[in-house]
Amino acid sequence: MIDAMASLLIVSGLGFYLAGSIGLLRLPDLYSRLHALTKADNLGLGLLTAGLALHAQDLLIALKLVLIWLAVLAASAASAHLIAQHARRQETPS
Amino acid sequence: MNTTALLVLDVLLVFSLLSLAAAALATRDARRSVILFMAFGLVLAVAWARLLAPDVALAEAAIGAGLSGALLLAAVREQPRRALSGDTKPIHSRNDAGLKVTLQWTVTLFCVALAAILAWALTQAFDSASKDALAQAVSANLAASGVSNPVTAVLLNFRAYDTLLELAVLLTAVLGIFALGPARSGYRSAGPVFDGLTRWLVPVLILAAGYLLWVGAHAPGGAFQAGATLAAAGVVLRLAGQRTIGLPQGHTLHIVIAAGVAMFLVVGLSLLVLGRPFLGYPPALAGGLILLIECAAMLAIAATLVLAFLGGRPQPPSVNPAGAKPGALSISMLRSRSREFPSDTDSHNAESCRGFNEEKNRC
Repeated sequence: MIDAMASLLIVSGLGFYLAGSIGLLRLPDLYSRLHALTKADNLGLGLLTAGLALHAQDLLIALKLVLIWLAVLAASAASAHLIAQHARRQETPS
Repeated sequence: MNTTALLVLDVLLVFSLLSLAAAALATRDARRSVILFMAFGLVLAVAWARLLAPDVALAEAAIGAGLSGALLLAAVREQPRRALSGDTKPIHSRNDAGLKVTLQWTVTLFCVALAAILAWALTQAFDSASKDALAQAVSANLAASGVSNPVTAVLLNFRAYDTLLELAVLLTAVLGIFALGPARSGYRSAGPVFDGLTRWLVPVLILAAGYLLWVGAHAPGGAFQAGATLAAAGVVLRLAGQRTIGLPQGHTLHIVIAAGVAMFLVVGLSLLVLGRPFLGYPPALAGGLILLIECAAMLAIAATLVLAFLGGRPQPPSVNPAGAKPGALSISMLRSRSREFPSDTDSHNAESCRGFNEEKNRC
């Protein structure tokens, strides 16, 4: 039961990674590429860590996995913001 | 089934390592090359983890991918814009073509000869029967080393002399960095989002560095990984536009830089005075002495790496980047402060945006 749930979570997380990668390669401009990458990666990694946490031997490892997810979440959101801000300022010289 | 999956993973790792290295070497855009090199470092860290060497994987991820990447990106930023993109003239139209071909062939032959010698040495090492004699010697003496992580035992006890000399190399590097003159003025404040990230990321990085240092006694970790993590906090602070980036000022900075070598020498020489061999810790005290040396080494390594990212002698915060005399300090400080910390009025914001743009365009 737990195995099936973990597999389901991991596979759906991988689906998000696939969608994000395709979006990064195929979408036309920087903003939509960023959108695909950050949204999909955040959710993909969340599902992946949730699946791995179900498999973890003890609560401490599961907690560490969740902490990794939170750190990546904050870092990727902030860096996506910085990249988009930089691109927009270069586009419209005031 | 399991071995097949692992084989697929290994082949994927090798393939992506080789193609990332080739791409990083082949591209003419320096910035793209650096980013590919950072990706190469991350995949290499995974490969080290796959080879059951988590200590090397940690060091590769923190130093090889993270800090080297930041250093190289800062170096690209300092270069004039024209020199780093593809619009420079190819070398052969400026130089003698014959000399270039000779040089290329000489370097190629030299590399091939070196690779052949290394391959021969590797086969010799594999052939010899006592390939794990060193590993057995380490695990036989692990109990007397004061730590239970064999890597830390080798680095800080059995081969402590090597680590002392490595720290001396780092100290020499700092002297070279100081010889470059005053550091460039930092980056502009990057806005509330990055500030908010910095506010919790830097304490977490400091905590993680302390954890890595402590856990190095019985698990992967240690002074080098902890120092690199601590230095990452300094890099984040500099990118966020902080002036002092956590480095101490004046003589305290000099003490911190020399702390690793100094603590090694103090411990080693005290043991010599007490009648033991140089750096031959008594087993009862070994754990504490190693922790003492590692604390000092972590601070020295972190300060060295931050100074390398700074690229010069840090300026005291009272001296403004324009280099004004102390008499004119108050006014120009005020002016530069209003330029650097825009918050209240729209005009200030617009001005800072423009300044930010110019800075970004320059890099």
